[in-house]
Amino acid sequence: MRLQPDTRIQRVIRAASRGPLHLALIAIALLWTFPSVGLLVSSFRPKLNVATSGWWTAFQLPFEFTLENYAFVLFRRGVGDSFVSSILITVPATFLTILVAAFAAFAFAWMSFRLRDFLFFFVIALLVVPLQMTLIPLLNLLGFFKLNATYLGIWLVHMGFGLPFAVFLLRNFFAALPREMLEASQVDGASSRVVFFKIVLPLSTPALASLAIFMFLWIWNDLLVALIFLGGSPELVPGILPPVSADRGPLTLTIASLVSSRGADWELLTAAAFVSMVLPLAVFFALQRYFVRGLLTGGLRG
Amino acid sequence: MFLVYPSIDTFRRSLMNSNSTEFVGLESYARVFAKEETQLALLNSLLWMIVFTGVTTLLGLLIAVMIERVWYDVIVKTLVFLPMAISFTAAAVIWRFVYGFQPTGFPQWGAANAALTTLGFDSHPFLISKEVIPFYGINNVAVIVAAVWMTTGFAMMVFSAAIRSLPQELLEAARVDGAKEWQVFWHIIRPSIMPTIYVVATVLVISALKVFDLVFVMTGGLFETDVVANRMYKEMFEYREFGIATALSVILLFLSLPVIAINIRRFRRQERER
Repeated sequence: MRLQPDTRIQRVIRAASRGPLHLALIAIALLWTFPSVGLLVSSFRPKLNVATSGWWTAFQLPFEFTLENYAFVLFRRGVGDSFVSSILITVPATFLTILVAAFAAFAFAWMSFRLRDFLFFFVIALLVVPLQMTLIPLLNLLGFFKLNATYLGIWLVHMGFGLPFAVFLLRNFFAALPREMLEASQVDGASSRVVFFKIVLPLSTPALASLAIFMFLWIWNDLLVALIFLGGSPELVPGILPPVSADRGPLTLTIASLVSSRGADWELLTAAAFVSMVLPLAVFFALQRYFVRGLLTGGLRG
Repeated sequence: MFLVYPSIDTFRRSLMNSNSTEFVGLESYARVFAKEETQLALLNSLLWMIVFTGVTTLLGLLIAVMIERVWYDVIVKTLVFLPMAISFTAAAVIWRFVYGFQPTGFPQWGAANAALTTLGFDSHPFLISKEVIPFYGINNVAVIVAAVWMTTGFAMMVFSAAIRSLPQELLEAARVDGAKEWQVFWHIIRPSIMPTIYVVATVLVISALKVFDLVFVMTGGLFETDVVANRMYKEMFEYREFGIATALSVILLFLSLPVIAINIRRFRRQERER
């Protein structure tokens, strides 16, 4: 069939027939933005306004906006402390996971030892073990080492849950590195350690970056692990020692408890929720490319 | 260490009584299936598996196909993908706010009810209402909507990448031959990205099974919206029913076993090609 050049009328008709497509896409974009914008706007409105009118009415005169909600949740409701706590949990746990995973992945990809393939299958199988399977025994285990409700304890737990995915992702990346390069440097007398630090790690920056984003978001956004290993009521579990430190929980925990204790104070809830979203959103916008790449190569964790 | 020993120990406890002191065989499992609350949680998780997975996959696919044909695809992609970055806890706050309820006649500050009343309907307590649509309460669907809002971006991203990796000449050729857009989709795009659809759906099924935070913060599993993971938490920390809690988690594992099998098979195939 031969292509006819478009006449102007045909072009207009084609553009018009795409109207529904544009309409649908714009509707989707709005629908996806609307809830978050509502949260953001409400967090800046005075208490009385939030409780009596929709946030979309905020854009008419007189404009009434305030920073009080933020001041209140940050300093009087512990959200500020929780922010620090979230960072103290997330950053070391992310770092630890990546470090350990990188060693393990290197071994799986480039060293030969007995049962290597079997062990790696095993790691993959662990990818889909539901976290819930492990909670009670882990709680007991941590209790035994007196690590309950400590930072070290929760770092280790997050590392345990994150490792299978991290090892899987990194091992696949390491394995795809050019074999000749690694062998050449070994012939030149470089030890495994040198190969790992001088060649493999620098070459793997993109994979390490996407893994770091994943781990960061998972741990920052986690509620279940924090609830069980930091907050909640550890004394309910038999064989558990009392919590070692009474530090504030991470943001997710604080927000969840705000919802149950002050569920009607929307000006506070919205502000607190937004505080918890700031860092993930910043990371997301800054490193979106790596995030998407990691998503496409690794898929989601279990 | 962090997964193997605990999994075995959990399995052992699921065969014991509520405080893990006595061996009772499969009694806990029998109780899980006999007890009304746990039955409900299992049924609701089933609803999640089907509705959440189905809607998210279809919507993600639809958006991925649509944005291929407009120039502002990056903007739509970013907006739909954005909720992936935030926590389920924050999303739960956002959606509780959307579903905010005031009796009809009062000013509505919840967006959903404001829309309803503007259109002349009565306002509706979405998160409480057990009003039944086929077998389930409308509140279940309300929570699932929040989950779909969060996850569609993931499905869309993966599908969009899959569609872009298809040979564009093939699609163009079909269009030149006069194929309608939906024909191009159904006869060319759909079959070639079928493996991707499969992978996305399995990932979503697993996350549907494990959904916890959203239900915990949005409804606390009240008003018949409980799901397996939330029920487990309750049995464990509120009722100290260790037998039931661990039995539930073993059931969860068995439900996700097919996915383990698929994962391993896929990996084996990749390794052979390496």
